[in-house]
Amino acid sequence: MPARPAASRSASPAVPAVMAAGDLGQLFSALTTRGYQVIGPTVRDGAVVYDAVDGPDALAAGWGDEQAPGSYRLVRRRDGAIFGHRSGPTGWKRFFWPPELRLWQARRMEDGFRVEAEPAADPPRRALLGVRPCQLHGLLRLDRVVAGGPYPDPRYRAARERAFIVAVNCTEAGGTCFCASMGTGPAATAGYDLALTELVTDGAHRFLVEAGSEAGRAVLSGVPHRQAEKDEVAAARVLLQKAAEAMGRRLDAGGVKELLYEKFEADHWDRVAERCLACANCTSVCPTCFCTTVTDATDLAGGRAERRRRWDSCFSVDFSYIHGGPVRASVKSRYRQWLTHKLATWHDQFGTSGCVGCGQCITWCPVGIDLTAEVRALRAGGERGNGV
Amino acid sequence: MAVPQPVLEPMVPVTAKVLGVRRETPDTWTLSLEPDRPGLPAFRPGQFNMVYAFGIGEVPISISGDPARPERLVHTVRAVGAVTRALAGSRPGQVVGLRGPFGTAWPVEEARGRDLVVAAGGIGLAPLRPVLYHVLSNRADYDRVVLLYGARSRAELLYRRDLERWRGRFDLDVLVTVDRPDARWRGNVGVVTALFQQAAFRPEATVALVCGPEVMIRFTLLELEKRGVPDHRTYVSLERNMKCGVGTCGHCQLGPVFVCHDGPVFRTDRIRDWLGKREP
Repeated sequence: MPARPAASRSASPAVPAVMAAGDLGQLFSALTTRGYQVIGPTVRDGAVVYDAVDGPDALAAGWGDEQAPGSYRLVRRRDGAIFGHRSGPTGWKRFFWPPELRLWQARRMEDGFRVEAEPAADPPRRALLGVRPCQLHGLLRLDRVVAGGPYPDPRYRAARERAFIVAVNCTEAGGTCFCASMGTGPAATAGYDLALTELVTDGAHRFLVEAGSEAGRAVLSGVPHRQAEKDEVAAARVLLQKAAEAMGRRLDAGGVKELLYEKFEADHWDRVAERCLACANCTSVCPTCFCTTVTDATDLAGGRAERRRRWDSCFSVDFSYIHGGPVRASVKSRYRQWLTHKLATWHDQFGTSGCVGCGQCITWCPVGIDLTAEVRALRAGGERGNGV
Repeated sequence: MAVPQPVLEPMVPVTAKVLGVRRETPDTWTLSLEPDRPGLPAFRPGQFNMVYAFGIGEVPISISGDPARPERLVHTVRAVGAVTRALAGSRPGQVVGLRGPFGTAWPVEEARGRDLVVAAGGIGLAPLRPVLYHVLSNRADYDRVVLLYGARSRAELLYRRDLERWRGRFDLDVLVTVDRPDARWRGNVGVVTALFQQAAFRPEATVALVCGPEVMIRFTLLELEKRGVPDHRTYVSLERNMKCGVGTCGHCQLGPVFVCHDGPVFRTDRIRDWLGKREP
């Protein structure tokens, strides 16, 4: 798929529009009247998470975040920016590739059993509001994996094709961000219906709006807007340029695939394994991690069975189990598998990096393992530890 | 509004009736299955199905029957876990679930006109048996054909009746070895690679197919290389944990490939770098 929404949503070179921040409610209306359920950033449990929001008041307006290896804190912002926060722990993949899903049920019959597939995919039409460019690239890469092969997942594809995406460009970089290194931000370049750049200056609070698809133009036409002034376009460009220069992290992506292939036997993996808890936090927050397992269960009487699919992680020891034992028994081999997949083998499998530079694996690692530092250490000879 | 119709998804199994169960070895059984739904895609030698035991789970099992008779799906199952034990214990008339056929196939077409070396260790003979059925049905298409088969003991040889029948042919070399001979064993003793001394084939005109434990695969490839069979004409079939069979669960990853859909059959030169690695 994924070629499809991506191709039909290439950014147009048209002059951007400007929408007043106070008219965000109109954008909600334009989306909901078209049957979309709006999902956006909202504050819960001390973090910005993505969930259903019924209007601008539910958004995480006025909140920012401080992110560092193993650390995430919400902070109040003085400027009242509505999207003044970065990627959060929940991500967007769950709306298309849910953490748990029943695939089918089976009923025991006199002559065996009958499989009852779940009803045909009929997912809600969702408008994702506030998708960061890195996260948007995450969705495009997930498209390729679970819907771009010979057996596309029908539910994923249906939900994805119905989704409307409002990207929000990043005018500030976070402490664990490195999208500029991965070529995935801080501005969205494809895959969106609308892209917003928030401008908060001199009491004027507005959004520069670019439409990336016909659906985006149609929604925009229902929202009060005007053509952007040259200085507004320039101001947005400056902010995005500054954000690119202020990335909290950097990853030298040049030759990183070859580096990881070369360093397969490096001692440094042992150093990482001394710190890695194999907890799978990184794979759960990663926008491209797609691994799943299936579980089979019956009711107590044994008359009904069902299969569920749920997220899994290459960090679990059972993940690679075959008769005789797991292929990757050591934590070292599991961390190596994960990082090598993200930065090297993903290229061979899918033609891009598996890493979009969102930095969430760094933020949510309980021991603060920083893949950008690990890559530097591997490059330097593989002997240095974290925080190099 | 119309009632939503169930969609046929790659993750939803079809049911199949167990027609017969044959005990091959102390821990291995062969099931022949007839899918309830006609018109499923025919399998090619080397492909596998995901086989489901009601309420217990699903495992990838290679198809080991005759590709000329695709309506009957034959699976040889070694009872080593909950699902395989349940499958092995099934009786005629019982029903299992099937998804497939998945994966890549042995290059039986590309091998035409050449010598064919088939090397199997243990239950590794199961995904290779369809090749032998195909080759013997189209014997004129191939030059010399050699089967090298090793098992731990006489009791652990699979497909005894086939082996004995094949050994009676004058157009096929069947060389069998066991690690642990008993008093009645009259054949070779030792590892599969030792059989190469007796195998008559022309390395420069050979296609070799290898399946067995990974250590057996590695040593067999070394032997083939030593004898001058180029690695772009040797093929291996690998085993990995699989949950989906369609390249989306991630469990079977080996370096840059998913064994379920880039394999299980690989041309050796495309996978060689990853075969010798520890915990890849």
